[in-house]
Amino acid sequence: MNARAPKEVVKEASMLKQKEMISGNYAKLASAKEQGRKVVSTFVPGNLNELIMCFDLVNNLPEINAIQNGMRKKTGGYIMEAEKRGHSEDVCTYVKADLGMIAKGNLGPDGHPLPAPDALLLSYTGCFTFMKWFELVREQYKCETLMLHVPYEGDGHATKNMRDYIVKQLKEVIIPGLERVSGVKFDIDRLREILRESAKAESHFVWVLQSAKNKPSPIDAYFGGVYYVGPIFTAFRGTPDATEYYRLLRGEIEQRIANGQGPITPDGEMKEEKYRLVVEGPPNWTSFRDFWKMFYDEGAVVVASTYTKVGGVYDLGFRHDPDHPLESLADYCLGCYTNRNLPSRIDLIEKYVNEYEADGLLINSIKSCNSFSAGQLLILREIERRTGRPAAFIETDLVDPRYFSPANVKNRLESYLQMIEQKRRSGIAPPAAAMPGAAPAAAMQ
Amino acid sequence: MTTLREINERCSALYEDLNFGYAREWKAAKPGRKVVGHMPFYVPREIIHAGGGLPLGIFGGGDQLEVIHGDAYYQSYICRIPRSTIELAVTKRLDFVDGMLFPSICDVVRNLSGMWKVMFPNVYAKYFDVPQNYRDDIGGTFYINELNELREGLGKLAGRRISDDEIRASIVLFNENRRLVREVYAFRAAQPWKAPAADVYLLMRAGMTLAVEEHNRMLREYLDAADKADARKRDNCRIVVTGAFCEQPPLNLVKSIELSGCYIVDDDFLLVNRWEQSDVAVEGDPLANLAHAYLHNSAHTAAKYEDTEKEKGMWLVDSVRKNRAEGVIFACPSFCDPALLERPMLQRVLAEHKIPFVAFKYAENSGQMQPIREQAGTFADSIKLWSVQ
Repeated sequence: MNARAPKEVVKEASMLKQKEMISGNYAKLASAKEQGRKVVSTFVPGNLNELIMCFDLVNNLPEINAIQNGMRKKTGGYIMEAEKRGHSEDVCTYVKADLGMIAKGNLGPDGHPLPAPDALLLSYTGCFTFMKWFELVREQYKCETLMLHVPYEGDGHATKNMRDYIVKQLKEVIIPGLERVSGVKFDIDRLREILRESAKAESHFVWVLQSAKNKPSPIDAYFGGVYYVGPIFTAFRGTPDATEYYRLLRGEIEQRIANGQGPITPDGEMKEEKYRLVVEGPPNWTSFRDFWKMFYDEGAVVVASTYTKVGGVYDLGFRHDPDHPLESLADYCLGCYTNRNLPSRIDLIEKYVNEYEADGLLINSIKSCNSFSAGQLLILREIERRTGRPAAFIETDLVDPRYFSPANVKNRLESYLQMIEQKRRSGIAPPAAAMPGAAPAAAMQ
Repeated sequence: MTTLREINERCSALYEDLNFGYAREWKAAKPGRKVVGHMPFYVPREIIHAGGGLPLGIFGGGDQLEVIHGDAYYQSYICRIPRSTIELAVTKRLDFVDGMLFPSICDVVRNLSGMWKVMFPNVYAKYFDVPQNYRDDIGGTFYINELNELREGLGKLAGRRISDDEIRASIVLFNENRRLVREVYAFRAAQPWKAPAADVYLLMRAGMTLAVEEHNRMLREYLDAADKADARKRDNCRIVVTGAFCEQPPLNLVKSIELSGCYIVDDDFLLVNRWEQSDVAVEGDPLANLAHAYLHNSAHTAAKYEDTEKEKGMWLVDSVRKNRAEGVIFACPSFCDPALLERPMLQRVLAEHKIPFVAFKYAENSGQMQPIREQAGTFADSIKLWSVQ
């Protein structure tokens, strides 16, 4: 129990904007049926938000519901409910949190009822579990399921065959299916307009992520990053609201860079940047604040993370392209982080460690997410070997509070930071963290 | 004539040989021969064979392999098969294998394909994707192109182009293999007392190692010998085992199920040898024929998307009916996403059809069989005592 009086959190304009956008979408979901609007459920990686918007559908994202419920400490009960109904303790806790929520009345994170979806848009990208998740959910809702199979980039790149396969599914399965569900005729020019808006937000978003190359970093690209990805990974990519959000955010960060300030944390501005880390893997959501605090209390800032790439690796150059709308959607789906093969993931992390001048790599391995977790110990070895910087491993879960052990996580994190210190002292690794007067990174967009 | 005992001994020896002596000898017998390993659940073995290669099923290390190095690559919450597969490789038990195929079964095997590329850069390693869209003009076209890419990759390994005629000839041989496998399964379903589950398992497992021509001979010999076997029929119940399509149960588990009073009349232990449920067409474009068989005539498993809820799990109900089974045992590996996520859906379908079931988990190196015997035995008793006749 935290006996301290809750501290007033300073809300910046971008934070307020995002809050308004998220609650607006939940309000749309809650009122969808009475307003005669159709609802589609879909996943974050490889989501087709622009296409969904073309059909005036309201977008429900079960992963986001699980995250929001996790942060509100509701998922423990939901998971237990799903396990009571025969779901294994070994499988994805997002799935069980979703099924448990449905079983317990399907109230959304804001306490309002979530509508039964009119269609499940199964964008099968980068995660095997998605396929089973929507088969399980389909049993509950008995609604149409539209499957978009996105092949895995097993050889580290997309091929023409993969792209053609996705485009053909879009043309002949997904678009006709969404037309049928929504009653709205597809208009490719409308899609182009929305994609044009997406690309604007994407460029701002990349600038935000790359601002962490500054010393001190004005952002935390993991704990703060999960907020920054919110609009672009979910129901808002392609909306003017999303562009406005990133414009506001960019302005705030520009100001922080000019002032030489560090990231904003729940306890205010982070004063001293002692360690710069790259983090691989999703965060734990049930103890998110406590988890973050362990980092900022030690002066550790995350300068790049892979989790903020699950909904698109925009910093490698991809932008939605209005001139090639369907091909661009295909490329987007193919390029999401967990749809890239393990060697590509290692290359990306190595690039982050070097370009963001990080002290090392920390892996938060998630018990119930094989898509991320299987192979992470090899990633750790490879990054240490290639960069000469130390790497460390902690283990938590997404939304199952039973698998967050604060003492263990803190202990491992502190040991890791001591290891970095020791390496610095022995001259093996030069200090990468902010030094007074350090110049901002030159190559900013 | 080869006796059942001789066949069983040969199969046991192949099963226990984690140095893959047969495959090593096969490769050494002729210069230029290539061995291509593959993981569960399915790869088009015909293309490997057509390139003059030996398809070698790599199904983990079972309960005979002490995993030391492999554990250093995986967290405790990842299943066993990738760690024992890594163990096999880093201890040089697979050092003669020229290529490895990783089918699209789950995220763990998918990521293992990338690990292979990093750890063994000189080995041809390929993640082999299969379509989840079953329309000929969409998933079929995609799959034909993927098969072509595989053909090119294996052709490079073989040092020559793999021709259509060669693939057709291989399809003929594998059609024969699948026919014989189906015959063995049908024989066991009809007279399970003459074809003990462990013997059938080892016979099928031998097919993951032996050249297809040799396995076909062995299957014929087994059918002849088993038919003549003088075995006593027991008052066992008849069950289908499902969930074990990737990481394999220890042989003792298979034996324990039968010893506890259950005849296994169908299973999904090694799907690759009966993935296509009838002959693949031989005339015409061989890759189109393989694709057509995959899309329209292949087995069901959790790794495949079921595009209508109505059809979900009906293959299992059909298997129960066709094989006159009285119940289903869900035997799933711990931490197996496909099997464990699928299980509640299949259980719902069975419940709707009033088919009794029981579930337990295992690992390939599980040693303690008493709980399995107790569960399976109680299940068998409950069927015998309480099922409506």
